[in-house]
Amino acid sequence: MKKIINDPATVVVDALRGMALAHADLLDVQYDPAVVVRADAPVPRKVAVISGGGSGHEPLHGGFVGRGMLDAACPGAVFTSPTPDQVAAAVARTDGGAGALLIVKNYTGDVLNFETAGELADGVDVRTVVIDDDVAVKDSLYTAGRRGVGGTVLLEKIVGAAAERGVDLDGCEALARRVVSRVRSMGLALTACTVPHAGEPSFTLADDEMELGIGIHGEPGRRRVAVGSADEMVRSLLDPVLEDLPFGEGDRVLLFTNSMGGTPLIELYLAHGIAERLLAERGIVVERRLVGPYITSLEMQGMSLTVLKLDDEMVELWDAPVHTPALRWGV
Amino acid sequence: MACTAEAVAEAVRAVAAVVVEHREELIRLDREIGDGDHGENLARGFTALVSKLDEVPSSPGGVLRLAATTLISTVGGAAGPLFGTAFLRAATSVGDVASVDGAAVAAALRAALDGVVARGKASLGDKTMVDALTPAVAAAESVAAGGGGVAEVLGAAADAAEMGADSTVPMVARKGRASYLGERSAGHLDPGARSTALVLRALAGRAR
Repeated sequence: MKKIINDPATVVVDALRGMALAHADLLDVQYDPAVVVRADAPVPRKVAVISGGGSGHEPLHGGFVGRGMLDAACPGAVFTSPTPDQVAAAVARTDGGAGALLIVKNYTGDVLNFETAGELADGVDVRTVVIDDDVAVKDSLYTAGRRGVGGTVLLEKIVGAAAERGVDLDGCEALARRVVSRVRSMGLALTACTVPHAGEPSFTLADDEMELGIGIHGEPGRRRVAVGSADEMVRSLLDPVLEDLPFGEGDRVLLFTNSMGGTPLIELYLAHGIAERLLAERGIVVERRLVGPYITSLEMQGMSLTVLKLDDEMVELWDAPVHTPALRWGV
Repeated sequence: MACTAEAVAEAVRAVAAVVVEHREELIRLDREIGDGDHGENLARGFTALVSKLDEVPSSPGGVLRLAATTLISTVGGAAGPLFGTAFLRAATSVGDVASVDGAAVAAALRAALDGVVARGKASLGDKTMVDALTPAVAAAESVAAGGGGVAEVLGAAADAAEMGADSTVPMVARKGRASYLGERSAGHLDPGARSTALVLRALAGRAR
């Protein structure tokens, strides 16, 4: 394992120190427990939008803290959900008197820890919205349900914009549930990633193999299949996404083409172009796009596609100003 | 024979040593069907717990409560809330008494299992720690009902937990991250069931 680290046990804190220095104008980082907070928090009478999860998915979530998006992020250990104290500290630090909305990706650890935190919150109206947009996972009585993946980025942006405009907690919660009901994702991996404390890759793939239907933690996917052309890869992600909701002719969508960390932009743009072409062939209108590494799995090569069915309000909130380390426009 | 706070603290230190010793094994098991952090997370939590035990609380329940709050705030993942809840319910079950006997240990294990089931919503056969803890509790209750002491109760619990953990190998996971693998999760020992058996074996090893 070759990585730019000193000690696997202190990777997250060491990274947070650098992040705090790099974005001192936007972020206030506290370390015990670890919470990344927007510099001007708490914002009076504004709903606090809080998320978090394991580290290793940068820029998610700390990179999305700032005006128009998250009020705080709780970074857990690498690929490990944060603890309830972190979430409780984030709620206390950002409480502007209008309550808090917790955005939780559907992974067992995240749900359990945020649930426990909600019970610890003292005197703050805390609501939780669980996102489960990954179509690779069967949602049934026999699984933990679909995972929360790429749709999380879009959810945080849209709900963050609503909260910034002064939408109340009921309104933010309803909007969040609407976004969750209209967003779907799927990902693939060309290589595994190496978690610092594990020291070796989470799985091994032959040169001609890929994992289809991965989550964001280096866990194996649903199936191991032969690597095909870029056209075939994009189709293998897009088809199940479009069939699931389903998306159909005339739908207006936001298309999010995401790198898992190790795939360079040249390949990502190539894939994005293919995805747009395939959507156009089906009469689906791409109204907004996001392309880049926004929810990653360390250095894993691979990509995910996320499609959100837009309405006018979501378009307006997507376009609203955002000023965070990783997303910035309109300011 | 009954256990005092100092004895419970000693047993918890033994658990920590075993968890640290098996850290890599648990990471490996978790990497096969999960995300590979189980050993790391438990080792971090129990190491933090050992340093807090420099000052031992005055009752067995106090030690268990300290274990619960420390694990919840340092482990993360699913294991933090689940092990934390187990210790918290055990602490509540034990109460403020100065020492615990076999019957109290069995009752504490039952409370721990109920807490884990309530928080994690897993049932027997889902390929989780419940598959180790459920037979452990049954064995502990049976031995306690026959008048067994702490060592006998925990020994029986550890034996049953090890068999229960082994029974997870052929199972298809229905809870936690391994459930995403579907049929591919079969053929692997569940890391949570394994760590549960390790914890009980370590506790049994220190009970006198």
